[in-house]
Amino acid sequence: MSLVLENLYYTKTHEWIRVEEDIGIVGITDFAQKELQDIVYFGIDESIIKKELKAGEKFGYVEAVKTAADLYLPVSGEVLEINKELISNPAIANQDPYGKGWILKIKIKDKEELKSLLNSEDYKKHIGE
Amino acid sequence: MVKKTPFYKKHLEYNAKMINFFSYLMPISYRSIKEEVLAVRNNCGLFDVSHMGRIEISKKNYKEFVNYLITNDVFSLKENQACYACMLNEDGGIVDDLVVYNLKERILLVVNCANLEKDYNHILLINKKFNCQVKNISEEIAQLALQGKKAYEFLSFLTDDNLSEIGFYFSKETKILDIPVLISRTGYTGEDGFEIYFDKNYAERIWDFLFEKNPSLLPCGLGARDMLRLEMGYCLYGQDIDEDKDPLSANLSFIVKFNKDFIGKSALLKIKEKGLKRKLVGIKFSDKIIPRPKMNLYDSNNSLIGFITSGTFSFSLNCGIALGYVDINYAQVGFKVYLEDKNLENKKEGEIVKLPFYQFGSIKKIKKSEKEV
Repeated sequence: MSLVLENLYYTKTHEWIRVEEDIGIVGITDFAQKELQDIVYFGIDESIIKKELKAGEKFGYVEAVKTAADLYLPVSGEVLEINKELISNPAIANQDPYGKGWILKIKIKDKEELKSLLNSEDYKKHIGE
Repeated sequence: MVKKTPFYKKHLEYNAKMINFFSYLMPISYRSIKEEVLAVRNNCGLFDVSHMGRIEISKKNYKEFVNYLITNDVFSLKENQACYACMLNEDGGIVDDLVVYNLKERILLVVNCANLEKDYNHILLINKKFNCQVKNISEEIAQLALQGKKAYEFLSFLTDDNLSEIGFYFSKETKILDIPVLISRTGYTGEDGFEIYFDKNYAERIWDFLFEKNPSLLPCGLGARDMLRLEMGYCLYGQDIDEDKDPLSANLSFIVKFNKDFIGKSALLKIKEKGLKRKLVGIKFSDKIIPRPKMNLYDSNNSLIGFITSGTFSFSLNCGIALGYVDINYAQVGFKVYLEDKNLENKKEGEIVKLPFYQFGSIKKIKKSEKEV
């Protein structure tokens, strides 16, 4: 069983977003890290900082031993910060996907977009759990 | 149909992530590939390799028959000695790579799971001329691989038998828990290690006994197995070798004995005479990159010179490593190659290196002491 937290929004592509006022913290889900297994690195270009990206836009990729996957932004917003600790030690996304394994922080452009994301119940159904 | 090995329940009990591997449900890893790889390099790990195919050949001129089937020389083996070999088709292409055990009055062939049916039919076809007894005993036998720097110590807790007499690539019929087993000092990891063959009905008893006697033993899955073999530069059938590739180009000349007859020999001699067009090489990358099969390789002038057949990020070496075929003119240690990757704007530089990638495997010591005897 994968851990799905109640207070987060989810995408079908297995990213999560935690909303703290107008800031969104984005990561990959426990289900995603289990599917990927041993994560080796996150390919996220620093040039996206301060850029405004759209909902569903690819912001990087994650490479694991067995497979690779692209990363998509759940909602539109300006990228504020990339988790440096995660870049230097990608395995923390395996160990703590909802905590220390966060990927980036954004300034959410339009909170209305959150409505189109999955809640924890929908996401559980989406992953068949 | 999905098949299960006799250890299937144990894999679930140990929380393995299971995958379908050529119709066998197999553990890819239990906790993390990294932990499992490092356990084998520094301590010891246990692999269920019961999915491998096992074919027993006996009666009549069984040694002549096997010697004609394989590229290595059965007659150079002592009783209970084993060798690594290839079976070829008439064109010199590799039908399979296998381990050949010269046991008492019979030979055991251990072949790749994905090739079992093909191999069995190939063997039966050739056997029409030899009329030996060919038995596919794959489903009856359980096979475990106990691999690691400390494998000898771990195995010694299970039996009173003197294991030190089992030299590298030798085997012995003995008992664990009063159960008859065949133990061989073989493996696919570059570390010291043993493979244990026994009746599948005892599978869970022996598995439990191994963990009971060795609390620090870690079960390891196919993910770790693949990384460990690649760190040693060992070929994997279906990736680095197949029927379109010959053993000379695949760096397997050491198991091809031209002083005897075997299927594919004349084709192989022609290939040798013409000169090889490409060669399998090891490539090491300095950047954090995971080379993957089918990615193209270029030289510094951007000319296509080859492609990757196996690649991974090595946890023992902390860098990307790969096996790939490179145009013979460039297949030299020190040559710089460039990898294309859809995610990267610039190609990533790698260098052809001497194999194995991982130079500290405990197998080195075992092999060395063998030569001194």
